[in-house]
Amino acid sequence: MANAIEVHALRKSFGRTTALDGLDLTVSAGEVHAFLGPNGAGKTTTLRILLGLLKADSGQAALLGGDPWRDAVALHRRLAYVPGDVTLWPGLTGGEIIDLLGRLRGGLDPGRRRALTERFELDPAKKARAYSKGNRQKVALIAALASDAELLLLDEPTAGLDPLMEAAFRETITEERRHGRTVLLSSHILAEAEALADRLTIIRDGRAVETGTLAELRHLTREYVDADLAGPADLAGLPGVHDLVTDGQHVRCQVDHAALNDVLARLTTAGVRSLTCRPPTLEELFLRHYSTERDVAGASG
Amino acid sequence: MTVLASPRRTPGSTALTGTGDLARLAVRRDRIGLAASVYVITAAVAGTAWTFRKLYPTAAGRAALAATGGSNPALRFLYGRLSGSSLGSLTTWRYGIWAGIFAALVAIFVVIRHTRSDEEAGRLELVDAAAVGRQAALVAALATAAAPILVVSGLLCAVLPLVGLPAAGSAALALGIGCCGLAFTGITAVAAQLTTSARAARGIALGALGVAFVLRGVGDSAPQTGAAGPSWLSWVSPLAWIQLARPFAAERWWVLGLPLAVAASGTGLAFALADRRDLGAGLLPDRPGRATASAVLRDPFGLAWRLQRAALAGWAVGYAFLFAICGAAAKGIGQLFGTSTALEHEFTRLGGQAAITNAYLAALMLLAGLAAAGYAVSVILRLRTEETGGQAELVLATATGRIRWAFSHVVVAVAGSALLLAVAGVAAGLGYGVRIGSPGSEAATMAGAALAQLPPVVVLAGVAIAVFGLWPRACVPAAWTALGLVVAIDLFGQVLQLSHWIGDVSPFTHAPRLPGGPVAAAPLLWLCAVALAAGAAGLAGLRRRDIG
Repeated sequence: MANAIEVHALRKSFGRTTALDGLDLTVSAGEVHAFLGPNGAGKTTTLRILLGLLKADSGQAALLGGDPWRDAVALHRRLAYVPGDVTLWPGLTGGEIIDLLGRLRGGLDPGRRRALTERFELDPAKKARAYSKGNRQKVALIAALASDAELLLLDEPTAGLDPLMEAAFRETITEERRHGRTVLLSSHILAEAEALADRLTIIRDGRAVETGTLAELRHLTREYVDADLAGPADLAGLPGVHDLVTDGQHVRCQVDHAALNDVLARLTTAGVRSLTCRPPTLEELFLRHYSTERDVAGASG
Repeated sequence: MTVLASPRRTPGSTALTGTGDLARLAVRRDRIGLAASVYVITAAVAGTAWTFRKLYPTAAGRAALAATGGSNPALRFLYGRLSGSSLGSLTTWRYGIWAGIFAALVAIFVVIRHTRSDEEAGRLELVDAAAVGRQAALVAALATAAAPILVVSGLLCAVLPLVGLPAAGSAALALGIGCCGLAFTGITAVAAQLTTSARAARGIALGALGVAFVLRGVGDSAPQTGAAGPSWLSWVSPLAWIQLARPFAAERWWVLGLPLAVAASGTGLAFALADRRDLGAGLLPDRPGRATASAVLRDPFGLAWRLQRAALAGWAVGYAFLFAICGAAAKGIGQLFGTSTALEHEFTRLGGQAAITNAYLAALMLLAGLAAAGYAVSVILRLRTEETGGQAELVLATATGRIRWAFSHVVVAVAGSALLLAVAGVAAGLGYGVRIGSPGSEAATMAGAALAQLPPVVVLAGVAIAVFGLWPRACVPAAWTALGLVVAIDLFGQVLQLSHWIGDVSPFTHAPRLPGGPVAAAPLLWLCAVALAAGAAGLAGLRRRDIG
C-alpha cells in the first residue's frame, strides 16, 4: 500500500532555534503510527508543516500523495487534525464548534457525532469559555473523529483527558484502524503508543532516532534479566552485559541479544531458582534514548 | 477551585501580600497606554482652555458663546450646562463631562484587563497559586486604574492655572474629573465580579457609563426653568457631578463626595463579592447555548460574522445615537460660531466650505469616517488575534484556504464600516432634518455624504491587511499607529499648520467634503486602487508566510 506520509530530510528553524534537523518519517496507509518525543523535540512543528501551516526550509514532505504546502486545501478535505493545545472561540458552544469544523472540512456524520458526544460525555450546549482543558480537547477530538477523513493527525490528543476518557479514546482509535483510517499520533505518553501503535518513530532534537514496529525496536535493544540463583554466577566483564546488580544470589542486568545465550549458560551453570527475562517497556526504551546525555555526563563525572 | 474557610497564614503574609509586585507588573504591561491616556486627557482639557482664551479674548464674545451654547438643547445634551461665561466655565462646559468619560474609559479598560480578563485567560490562577494574597490582584488592578486618573487630576491642578484659570476652580474641575474616574473604577470592580467573561463584564461597565451619559444628557437638556422638569436626572449621574460641583462659579466642594462615595462602596462591594465566589466563577450564570450550529455557521464567512456581529451591533447603536444628537445640534450652529471670528475662520477652513452648517456636518462625517476606520482596523486585527490564539490553526487545518479565511474578516470590515457610515449619515440627517422640517431629504443627502468617506476607511483597512500579511509580529501596533497618524493629521493638521504634503498622506484628505463640497471621481478611484493594492500585498504575504 502507498504511504500516507513521506517526509525526508526535513529542516525548519525559527530564527536561531533549529526545530527540525533533517527529519525522516514514513507512515504507511492504514497504520496507527506513534510519533514519540519529549517536549520541544519538534513533533508539533512536523505536524504543522504537514498541515501546510509552516513552510519547511528544506527537505521533502508528501501527504496523501500531495504537497502539504501547495495542495493544502484539497488535502485538508481528506484529513482531520487535533492540535495539542486546543483553543476555541469562547462565545461559541462545543456543539456549534463541532458542527462548524465538520462543515468547514466538508461534512460530518451526524450519527457518529451523536455517538462520540455520548461516549466522551461532552455537554455540547456549554459555551467554550466554560470548558476545562479536557473538555476543549474532547470538542476537537469529536470534530475530528466524526468526519470521514482518511488520515487523522493527532497532537498529544489525550493530554487533559481523565483515565476513563483516555480509555474511550483508545477504544475509538482501535475502531478507526479497523475501518482502515491512517493515524499519526504524536505523544509522550508511552503506554498509549504501546497500546495503539503499529509502528512508531522516536524523535529527538528535530531528528528521528528510531523508527519501526515495537518488535523491531525491541530487537535493537537489550533483554531485562532478573534471576534468583542457587549459587554465585560471575557475569561481570562478560561482553554484552550492562547495568549488572548482584545482591548475594540475586542477579539483575540488561543483556544484548547476541550475548543472551552466553548469559543464560552461565546462569544455568550456577543453578536457576527463578528467572524473568522480558523485553523492555517503551518507557525503558524511551529513557535510554533521552537520558543518554545524563549518562555520559554521569560517566565522565 | 475553593479556598479553605480559615487559611493558615505564615506571619507577615496577609490578603494583600504581593500587591506591589502585581501592580508593578500591571503598570509594566500597560505603561504606554497609561502614559498616552494621561497625556490625552490632560492635553484635551488644558488645550481647550488655551484655545478658548485665544479664540474668545473678550468677555462679550464669551458671553455670546455661553448664551448660544447654553440655549441649544442638543449641545447641552452633549456637553452639559454652563455655569457662567468665564474662561473656566467654558472649559468645564466643553470638556468637563468628556474628560470624565475618558477617565471612566481608562478605569473600565484597565480594571477589567487586570481582573476578569486575567481570570478568564487563566493567568490569575497562576498568580493566585504563588505566594500572593487573596485580594492582592484586585487591589493591584484598582491601584493601576486609580494611579493614572490621580496623575491627571494632579497635572490639571498644576497646568490649568498656568493657562490663566483661577486655582480653586482648576482644582475643582481637576478633582471632579479624577473623582468621576474613581467612581467608575469602583463600578467596574463590581462588574468584573458579576460575569465569567471579560467581554460581558466590560459591556456591563460600558453600559453603566452609557446610562450615566444619557441620564445627565436628558437632565441637562431639559429646560432649566421649572423645577418639575427632569433636570434632577443629572443628579443621579456621576458624569454630571463634575459640572454640578460648579468649578469656577462658587464651587460646591461637597458634590465631590458623591463620586468618592460611589468609588468606596463599589470597591467594598467588589471585595465582598470576590470573597464569596470561586476563582473563575461569576455571579450571573452563563446561559447554555445551542447544542448544534445554525445554518449561518457553515463557512468562514458565517464564523467571521458570528465573531464580529456583537461588536458591530454595539458600534451601530453608538453611531446612531451620537450622530443623531450631533446632527440635531447642527441647527443654529452658525450663531454659535458667529460669536468668534477666529473660530468661524478656523471652522470654515476645516470644512473647506463657506456655509458653516455644511462645514459642521462635513466635519461630523469626517469624524464618522475616522471612527469607522478604527472599527475596520479592529476587525482586521481580529485575524491576528485568531492566529496567535490558535483558533486560526483549527480553521486552516480544514478545507479552508488562508485567503478565504482572511477574506471573511475583510468582508466584515468593509461591509461593517459601510453600514456604520450609512448609520452615521442617516442619523445625522434625521437629527438635523427633523429640526429643520425635512428629515427625508436630509437623511438621503447625509447618507451619501457619509458613504463618500468609505474609500479612505477601506485604505486604512488595506494597510491593516498589508501589515498583517507582511509584518505579522508588529501588525497590531503598526496598524494602530497608521490610524493614529491619520487621525492626528486630520484633526490637528490644520491647527498645527503642517505642510501640504503631510496632509496629503491621510486618505481622508482626498475624500470629498460633503455636504456642500465638490465631488471628483478620480481621487476616490485612486483611494480604492491604493486600498486594493495594499490588501492584495497583504494577502500575498499571508499566502507565503508561516502561520502562528
